[in-house]
Amino acid sequence: MTTVLGLYNYWIVIALMMIGFYVVIAASNLIKKIIGLNIFQTSVFILYISIGMREGGAAPILKEGVEVYANPLPHVLILTAIVVGVATTALGLSLIVRIKEAYGSIEEDDIAEKDGSL
Amino acid sequence: MLLVTALGAVFIRDLFAVIMLFGIYSLVSAGFFLDLSAPDVALTEAAIGAGVAPLLMLATLALTREKTTPQPRAKRSIHTSLLPILVVTMTGAALVYATFDMPFIADPAGPAHNHVAPRYLQASGAEIGIPNVVTSVLASYRGFDTLGEVFVIFTAEIGVLSLLGFLADGSGRQYWQFEDTANLRRHNILHVVSKALIPVILIYAFYVQFHGDYSPGGGFQAGVLFAAGFILYAMIFGLQAAYRVVSPTALYWAMAIGVLLYGGTGVASLLLGGNYLDYNVLGSDAVHGQHNGILIVELGVGICVAAVMMSVFFKFSGRTAHFYDDRREVRK
Repeated sequence: MTTVLGLYNYWIVIALMMIGFYVVIAASNLIKKIIGLNIFQTSVFILYISIGMREGGAAPILKEGVEVYANPLPHVLILTAIVVGVATTALGLSLIVRIKEAYGSIEEDDIAEKDGSL
Repeated sequence: MLLVTALGAVFIRDLFAVIMLFGIYSLVSAGFFLDLSAPDVALTEAAIGAGVAPLLMLATLALTREKTTPQPRAKRSIHTSLLPILVVTMTGAALVYATFDMPFIADPAGPAHNHVAPRYLQASGAEIGIPNVVTSVLASYRGFDTLGEVFVIFTAEIGVLSLLGFLADGSGRQYWQFEDTANLRRHNILHVVSKALIPVILIYAFYVQFHGDYSPGGGFQAGVLFAAGFILYAMIFGLQAAYRVVSPTALYWAMAIGVLLYGGTGVASLLLGGNYLDYNVLGSDAVHGQHNGILIVELGVGICVAAVMMSVFFKFSGRTAHFYDDRREVRK
């Protein structure tokens, strides 16, 4: 039982990660693929923050009388990663826009078809 | 909750619904972060994941609008439908197996809690002198990392601009819109409410920016919040009105100035005899120097992030307007 409780977060993370992974490899729509990537990314965020959590730990803002804090390092890494993540997502989305203009579609099959017929 | 929304994103075919679900998913995960005592991360995730990211996706959707065409069942061979599930299940099983070697959640003996983290928590109060340890680690102890992140954001924006063209290109039309929300501008309720809300959002962004040393917040969150407030304005009052407040040129400059402020702080500390990004030399004593350094660096981050987020959004929405213009001309 303690095993289940102790590892519960990791399993959620893995489930989310696999959902994201599945969307990335199985979805044929490019926007959906990006969403899959984002779900994958969020699962990694949750993994890091879970690792940084500590028994009875308060938010890492120093205060008198508080002894135990959560680990600030994963917070820093993830907080920057989130912003970088949206910037790279924007880059991916703009690629999709250009693909749509060039191929007239954002479905993988159609694009592959057109590539074949060239 | 998270699982349900994520699964929804897999099975629903309507992309609009998927994007909305993704926003909800991000909001829920922000709550989750708060629960794991990471308020800084929760703030960022709420502003980005539930605010800016879905908006960008919606704008892309508007540019490439179509439903995910349901593939006819017969066409999908076993190869395309079963193989991904097999791969995913196997990877997942391997990962679950690996978790049995992981330390339990919240276990104080876990390796993550026993290297640099205790040092940060114990010494940062005396060395940096600000209560929010996340801010001091972000801007001071790991200042190089953060500088790198800011450069990544800047570079991504340059990539977006080079792919989609410069900002001014699409500013000919007034309103960011899907065709069916074209009369957004005539919504009095939206106008009144947003006029009351936007100043508050912007002031809150400034609070998050400058109070980030003492409470959750900092340049990244403030930049995103500020951009979100502005994006709201652009959506309701039109791109043209937004451009009257900040011109594209101002945005370009702001991006560069943000990055330069950060890098320049490093150079300034070099000139004053310290190491690169060593803020100790920037004030009358070490703690003051750290204060000044962090304040300037966070300001640089905030300006850069806000400018990048705004210009990405303006770019996408400007292109939307452009796109519909073209189509209308064709129809005539």
